[in-house]
Amino acid sequence: MSKDIVLLNKEPFIRMVKRDSITTVKAWFIRMIAVILALIVAALVIVAITKQNPIEVYLGMIDGAVGSKRRLWVTIREILAMLCIAVGLTPAFKMKFWNIGAEGQILMGGTAAAAFMIYFSDKLPSGILLIVIIIVSSIAGLIWGIIPAFFKAYFNTNETLFTLMLNYVAMQIVTFCIVFWENPTGSNTVGIINSATKAGWFPSLFGNVYGLNVVLVLLLTTAIAIYMKYSKHGYEISVVGESEFTAEYAGINVKKVILRTMMVSGAICGFAGSLIVSGASHTISTSTAGGRGFTAIIVAWMAKFNPIAMILVSALLIFMQQGSVQIATQFGLNENASDIITGIIIFFLIGCEFFINYQVELRKKSKEGK
Amino acid sequence: MDLLLTFIQKAIGQGIAILFGATGEIVTEKSGNLNLGIPGIMYMGGISGLMGAFFYEKNVANPIPLIGLFISFLMTFIVSALGGFIYSFLTITLRANQNVVGLALTTFGVGFGNFFGGSISKLAGGVGQISVKTTAAAFRASVPVLNKIPIIGDLLFSYGFLTYLAIIISLSMTYFLKHTRKGLNLRAVGEDPATADAAGINVTRYKYSATVMGAAIAGLGGLYFVMEYYGGTWSNNGFGDRGWLAIALVILALWNPNNAIWGSFLFGGLYILYIYLPGLTRATQELCKMLPYLVTIVVLIISSKRNKHESQPPSSLGKAYFREER
Repeated sequence: MSKDIVLLNKEPFIRMVKRDSITTVKAWFIRMIAVILALIVAALVIVAITKQNPIEVYLGMIDGAVGSKRRLWVTIREILAMLCIAVGLTPAFKMKFWNIGAEGQILMGGTAAAAFMIYFSDKLPSGILLIVIIIVSSIAGLIWGIIPAFFKAYFNTNETLFTLMLNYVAMQIVTFCIVFWENPTGSNTVGIINSATKAGWFPSLFGNVYGLNVVLVLLLTTAIAIYMKYSKHGYEISVVGESEFTAEYAGINVKKVILRTMMVSGAICGFAGSLIVSGASHTISTSTAGGRGFTAIIVAWMAKFNPIAMILVSALLIFMQQGSVQIATQFGLNENASDIITGIIIFFLIGCEFFINYQVELRKKSKEGK
Repeated sequence: MDLLLTFIQKAIGQGIAILFGATGEIVTEKSGNLNLGIPGIMYMGGISGLMGAFFYEKNVANPIPLIGLFISFLMTFIVSALGGFIYSFLTITLRANQNVVGLALTTFGVGFGNFFGGSISKLAGGVGQISVKTTAAAFRASVPVLNKIPIIGDLLFSYGFLTYLAIIISLSMTYFLKHTRKGLNLRAVGEDPATADAAGINVTRYKYSATVMGAAIAGLGGLYFVMEYYGGTWSNNGFGDRGWLAIALVILALWNPNNAIWGSFLFGGLYILYIYLPGLTRATQELCKMLPYLVTIVVLIISSKRNKHESQPPSSLGKAYFREER
């Protein structure tokens, strides 16, 4: 017992003190260091596994991500898809609603898009078809988002686990649809939809295949940034996120805010589904979402919902992913190397937030301060 | 009758991997940590066990099955505990968000598994798939003598030792959580860390050890899958979504490892039901595969609606605890 008291009297060797504020420059400096450390660790891992020169490996990555015009645009396309999903998740997370069901919402949106591409390609003129596709895919995502929101609002059902389960229900719906849509028969894949007529595909804009993707996603990002920052809805969302009780006392209808916000969030993720299906891959499979729904959560969280930071973070992660595909083929590894490198970078970025929010003080230093 | 017997055997075979994961996750969640990295940790556990056995069998002229078994078991245990440690360090010491860290760990772990699983034999200078038949045979060895009893032998004694270990771990974890001081302390930490802290319980230590232990237990599920289910080989993404099913099973089991035992057999059965149900078309088979998830959702809704105290998740689940921020 006496030993405990001695221990209690002792000041701990390391103390964490919450910072009152930190300059933006310093915060970004810390993040830069984290990225550099992550790249060093990743390089060590690469060397250990492949026994290649790490600089060569990273050069290979740069070449893979932006080495040619085509590769650059594929990278941009993927960044846009990731950004769109992260933007969609933002309102929900700001409300502290853990929507980890983006994967399912994307798949439902993508399925709706594919369905209209298949069944209405010869019934609607292509301009109207595209608008219809965007609307129905958003609605499909919205429905997938509002189900868990309803149960959260009325029964306080755990939304993290609910949305997670819905991902797999959505995945089975996709495989169910593939049975009817498979082309050629027996392949168990849908193939490129309307490859001859290009009905329901995003048209080229400014002479670029992905021009429309750029315009739509950037418009959406701006709109949501304004919605969150300047609208009454956005304000209500952040109050509910801070404390449901405060929101109730302030006369905010919490249930309504939860339902409305998840409708917005789900609809944007559903739209991302159409962005991927009719704007990029022109096909549907269970890997249409491909883990983007999960990665986007990390993007949205690390960027602190700041749209510019979201672009930077998704660019960094997609860059690494696209680059890793290249080094995988170049050095005869498999493409999952990218997940390992992405994982390492994310660990460092998440970890460095601590040093932005807290200051580490050693015992001696704190005594001098007194 | 034979068909039913095979179905039950296969259902248990499917269930055990999920049971390991769920038991590990229950122990973790009881400390208030929602570790969504469990699916990734199970991949890491599976591949590291396989790699351990692979290098042992490759470097020794006459591999002894029991040593291979021991090495792979140890490797799995260490690597998955390490996965749990990364999660603990980031969420407990560095106070990062649990969901974000968990999802990142799953991305990392699945990539880790598929990367090494797909290229380890190539990196080691060989060709083709990894295969560790000798060690796998040791994992697959069923209970001698007893397995010869008709029906009962097939039903109860036809599995490798990991199956029994999974059930023993679940039973002992239930006992640990309900009847030992340490278990009660752990639950206190998960329910209300501030009160536990005031009562003199070392919250950080409990959170760390529960998360690391939980991860190590869950990793054994991956080992079970590659060794007993696959017979010592790897197929990319072969483990599939079973890790998430393990997290679903935690809900179905209402955070009680004993319930997880029968729950895992139920999930295993639902997982493969489509093969055994007569008259299903290809399309309806796909709908049938939704069942485990739909059942989980229904349980989740019912348990939240009934709002019974014993069947709720630990109240601090998913929330970080900082002493200064009370």
